[in-house]
Amino acid sequence: MSDALADWKPDVLGVEGQVLPVVTAPAGVLSSAGAEVDPADPAIVQLAADLVATMRVSPGCVGLAAPQVGVGAQVFVVDVTEHPKTVTAHGTFVLCNARVVEASRWRPGREGCMSVPDLTGDVKRAGRVVVEAVLPGTGEPVRLTTDAFEARALQHEIDHCAGKLFLDRVAGAHAVYQRKVYL
Amino acid sequence: MNELAITVIGPDRTGIVADVSEALAGLGANLSDSTMTRLRGHFAMTLICTGAAADDVEKALAPISGLLATVRAVAPEADTDAAGEPYLVSVHGADRLGIVAAVTRVVAAAGGNITDLTTRLTGPLYVLIAEVDVPPGSADDLAVRLAVAAQELGVEVTLRRAESDVL
Repeated sequence: MSDALADWKPDVLGVEGQVLPVVTAPAGVLSSAGAEVDPADPAIVQLAADLVATMRVSPGCVGLAAPQVGVGAQVFVVDVTEHPKTVTAHGTFVLCNARVVEASRWRPGREGCMSVPDLTGDVKRAGRVVVEAVLPGTGEPVRLTTDAFEARALQHEIDHCAGKLFLDRVAGAHAVYQRKVYL
Repeated sequence: MNELAITVIGPDRTGIVADVSEALAGLGANLSDSTMTRLRGHFAMTLICTGAAADDVEKALAPISGLLATVRAVAPEADTDAAGEPYLVSVHGADRLGIVAAVTRVVAAAGGNITDLTTRLTGPLYVLIAEVDVPPGSADDLAVRLAVAAQELGVEVTLRRAESDVL
């Protein structure tokens, strides 16, 4: 099943992605659980392409979930390839209806979010996860094992799809920071 | 031991901590617990000191430029029972009057003791993170009451166990 992900490229979606405006907190869509989607639905395929396009024009962006472009759906894109904290990377990929099925090696790390542009926070995340999901378009099931920064990004995006922000998981009263530089 | 509670606040500038701690050291005042942080351009210090008289500290801090200081003698910490279970409360949503008041009232009514709390306002977004000692067995009930309060305020709230791994 993981081969499906290795071969996956955004152009298999077969539609042109549009850059969408990114929604910031407080916005209701960011705090509501997204709906499970039909990965074959043309609207979901278009959404997948739009997420890729929007991520690509956003400097430093390593992942973007549907609620962040105002759509309450369990779809997100991740691409951590260029990030220095990355160990394992699977390139650019879009997942639908993703679930974390195994999580271990919990460790803290500082994270930010395009939807909370002025703050960052220390959040404990699993450094190794197994995620199950389906691919947009084909609906092919994938089971993805990853670690380090890609694991963190996946958990952050899956949280978005469940209506959670990193603010809901910060490690303490002094674990939220005013962001000093914009990437 | 003579214990003092001191607060200092003023427009942020270079050298506030150095000026204040130097004045305290000059009086033989020993700085024990403190928090010092910048809040919207104001630098705020809250300190507990021992070993100096309140009047002397007041006189030493008064000439430091731009700062408002308060000093008072306090009773040393009583032995507290730390029977509560540590939890974290996150609240975020559109800024409005009374978020902190409503949320902390719910916590207090449940017997929860707030041990640390930070708020941030960035643009329209208000964020509150609190560390709370919750009476054993009452967290589920508190979570329900917080959810009700949050719905009334139109904000999001989560209550979760604070982790502390002893190594």
